[in-house]
Amino acid sequence: MTVSREKSFDVIVIGGGHAGVEAASASARLGSKTLLVTHKINRLGEMSCNPAIGGLGKGHLVREIDALGGLIGRVADFSGIQFRLLNRGKGPAVQGPRAQADRALYRKGMQKEILSTENLSVIEGEVTDLKVKKQSIRGVTLSDDTFLESKSVVLTTGTFLRGVIHIGNKSIPGGRMGDDASNKLAARMHEFDLPLGRLKTGTPPRLDGRTINWDILERQKGDVVPSFFSFMTKGIHAEQVSCGITHTNKDTHGVIEENINKSAMYSGMITGVGPRYCPSIEDKVARFSDKDAHQVFLEPEGLNDDTVYPNGISTSLPEEVQNTYVRTIKGLENVKILQPGYAIEYDYVDPRSLNLSLETRNIAGLFLAGQINGTTGYEEAAAQGLVAGLNAGRQALMEERVNFGRSNSYIGVMLDDLVTNGVTEPYRMFTSRAEHRLVLRADNADQRLTPIGIDLGIINKNQKVAFYDKKQKLDNCSSKLKELTLTPNRAEHYGLKIKKDGVKRSAFNLLSTPTINIKDLIKIWPELGEFSLETTDQISKDALYSNYITRQAQDLKALRRDESNLIPLDFDYEKISSLSNELKEKLQKVKPETIAQVTRISGMTPVGVALIIAHIEKDKKSARSQA
Amino acid sequence: MDTIFALATPEGKSGVAVIRISGQCAFQVFEKFKCRPVKLNGMGLRKLFINNKLLDEALILCFGEGRSFTGEDIVEIHHHGSLAVIQNSLGALGNIPSFRMAQPGEFTKRAFENGQLDLSQVEGLSVLIEAETSVQLDQAQKVFSGAFGDIINSWRKNLISSKALIETTIDFSDEEIPDNLLESVKSKISLIISSLRKEIAGTSISERITTGFDVAIVGAPNVGKSTLFNALLKRNAAITSKIAGTTRDIIEARLDLGGIPITILDTAGIRNAKGSLEKMGVQLALQRAKQADLRIFVSDNNIFDYFGLEFLDGDLRVNNKSDTKNIKNDFISISAKFGDGIEELMETIAKIFKSKVSKASMAINERHRNSMVRALEALVSAECELKVGGENLELCAEDINIAIRAMDSLIGIIDVEEVLGEIYSKFCIGK
Repeated sequence: MTVSREKSFDVIVIGGGHAGVEAASASARLGSKTLLVTHKINRLGEMSCNPAIGGLGKGHLVREIDALGGLIGRVADFSGIQFRLLNRGKGPAVQGPRAQADRALYRKGMQKEILSTENLSVIEGEVTDLKVKKQSIRGVTLSDDTFLESKSVVLTTGTFLRGVIHIGNKSIPGGRMGDDASNKLAARMHEFDLPLGRLKTGTPPRLDGRTINWDILERQKGDVVPSFFSFMTKGIHAEQVSCGITHTNKDTHGVIEENINKSAMYSGMITGVGPRYCPSIEDKVARFSDKDAHQVFLEPEGLNDDTVYPNGISTSLPEEVQNTYVRTIKGLENVKILQPGYAIEYDYVDPRSLNLSLETRNIAGLFLAGQINGTTGYEEAAAQGLVAGLNAGRQALMEERVNFGRSNSYIGVMLDDLVTNGVTEPYRMFTSRAEHRLVLRADNADQRLTPIGIDLGIINKNQKVAFYDKKQKLDNCSSKLKELTLTPNRAEHYGLKIKKDGVKRSAFNLLSTPTINIKDLIKIWPELGEFSLETTDQISKDALYSNYITRQAQDLKALRRDESNLIPLDFDYEKISSLSNELKEKLQKVKPETIAQVTRISGMTPVGVALIIAHIEKDKKSARSQA
Repeated sequence: MDTIFALATPEGKSGVAVIRISGQCAFQVFEKFKCRPVKLNGMGLRKLFINNKLLDEALILCFGEGRSFTGEDIVEIHHHGSLAVIQNSLGALGNIPSFRMAQPGEFTKRAFENGQLDLSQVEGLSVLIEAETSVQLDQAQKVFSGAFGDIINSWRKNLISSKALIETTIDFSDEEIPDNLLESVKSKISLIISSLRKEIAGTSISERITTGFDVAIVGAPNVGKSTLFNALLKRNAAITSKIAGTTRDIIEARLDLGGIPITILDTAGIRNAKGSLEKMGVQLALQRAKQADLRIFVSDNNIFDYFGLEFLDGDLRVNNKSDTKNIKNDFISISAKFGDGIEELMETIAKIFKSKVSKASMAINERHRNSMVRALEALVSAECELKVGGENLELCAEDINIAIRAMDSLIGIIDVEEVLGEIYSKFCIGK
């Protein structure tokens, strides 16, 4: 990277959080001249909430970003101080890799990645204005009035839009503790007539690990064999640590109940909607009063950092109450709070005003990614950053946009959810959101997406070579398994229990039986022993779901058809007189881009979908006959 | 593509009831109803027969491919608007392979797909289209506003809550979740399985409404079964004599009893037969009697033997050769020979079947039945996954999904938010 003296770029990315870095990297990898503008370079890649990456659904997103050459997986592996594969006891489709990260190492790793990326410049500064001409972005203005020209802009300002921090009855404007809110930019955004909403989220107090009585606490270690995020990572970089587990108790709940009206959230100071899956401790005590203990994970923030993140007790109670209730918890009797917990309220842009490439429909070339779109989590932000960066870069280079759909990725599921149905609470990924999760697995993210990345030219040489090598091995193994066959009688001879129906089974078929594994097959066909464990493991996962996947194939085909059935941008729903006014209104607001999206709009009927398809066909026909 | 059919006029008694059939096999209806085909793009009055029985005399319109509303071959049958006629006609159409009941709006959809309606036509016709779909929606809603709808809704609700419980153990496995969740899923699913089985069995009653109920006359030799058979039919269909064992084979005859189609079976008298031919007759009699929807056990001495068959609810005891009509018993006294008590017996049989018919599953067509069977199969598989432990919960979730989608094809659309909402309302999620 160079500290830029240049004034003209293909893409300018505003914000250096998880969405911003991913957007800048993706755009630069495409070969477009990219600039990242951030408040402070040394805070690039800051983990402002808990020091962990991945988890269920989220781990899938990280793998997908990695499969497309993105940063978050590599950096999380580099800074990981504890790796755990969640749902290890369940099937591979719902397993999610998760890691505790050292915050300082994460920043270091991310900054190293960003500062060594070709085509990418980084400057420190505050963007105060966006230049727009004829509903199209032209560049940005910095606080010192410097004008920087660009063809596209990716805005990843997180909670900085009219952010307000609440602790008890104190409210402080600001995007995150210690940072200023970007009110000037927010004011400018209002002029763009983007629909805004208000959300809230919270954090727990940060604790001094030296004042925690670790000896009396239950500890949780990482997995013996770590599951990494990146398909390229081969081993651990950092020393591994354990987390602590403790619980709130009746005393804790007593303190909270007594002081609940002092909480910013309960005194009516906050109007934003918080996430239901991440309630504050006040909420937990009030809503689930029959539970007399709630679990608290004590997550170390780093190897050379005594800060501990007590996951599970986010709060907006006054500082002194936080002190009192925290000390009722086992192991925290003498704990010192380094930074009090707080709630933050912020504006988000209703993502229904975006298209599937995360570009605003109002202003061509303006892309939004991350928390500003109403999501929560580093992984969701990073995935949007990747999509916005790719499309901003492609647009600047006059290339067609990249489409992700529900049929190929969790990224596609998230985009579709956001753009079609908007959000009612901070949006978080879950495996249950992906109706095709048996196909969209964390383990096959590379098989699904790396070919797309290679076509786009965003995968580096090493990753490309590794991918082709792995694919070759998988293909060989899979065709071998499909070639080898066995009668039920022979199978019985080898001690395998299958239905004696006289139908020959391939080795692949046999693997799809949950009780039969590759070791059983190697006993029958020793030549299968030549394939690496990694290869047979992957194929076994494909086999396990093959029966279900075959059944879903029809659905998937229909979905892909609907996803590729595009609706013209200027399509007018008013002219379909037999659609109800309510539906027309919804359609005009969402402006679905594909028929697949139409089918997911609530209240949509099959007849309505048919009418829309018919009108599109009709328009095309009359356009052809006029031509 | 399937050939689809539906009642195009409102359900219920009416002057004329139009059934519309669209698709490449539409003209098979002439063969089905054993009537002379109507000329293409023309109309004609035809007598329609089902199983050689006159169903209705109806006006039939015939539109060829490209010249119809949907663009496909279309046959329209303008029936007399009697419920029984409509029911029987729809039932017969449902029995033709590759024929199925249309979904709401499907005719319109096909019309669009085949480019039969252009923009101006669509706009001009929008009123008409809405009328058609609303009639069809009404039709669906009528089915689902009743008891059957309540049942489906309660199944669906329980399935969604089961799915929520499973998704909780999957998506929130790192949270503090009670460990007995799967037990509750198990009991929910096994309840749904048993009520699905019951409902699917109920569809056989609906089927019987079109195929006819079997009534078997059973009794010892020479108690006058064949005489009763003839009396019910009001003609001499079976040979009667004083010689025990005259009837060897099973004699069947169709009878319309207050609008309900019935097949009466006269069977061999049951005794320890000596001849092998008679033995076979007795065996056959017992077998058919067992399968019949109703059995009339006949005696001539007020003492009843059931020959190892179960006396089921709805079965009847009839004392024949009776001249003691005034004795009040739990059986019906008749004299088959002189016709005494026959009308009374017929009324009783009709009453029994009418009450059965009213209990018929609302799932009147194959689509409903198929959906329920699909749901049942998926749930049985889900139950298996649960029994072997939580290892493949995602497969169990997938099975429940399949079942929910099957329910959806009957009523609505599932939304993941619905599942998540259920999770949040029950558990304290969030570290």
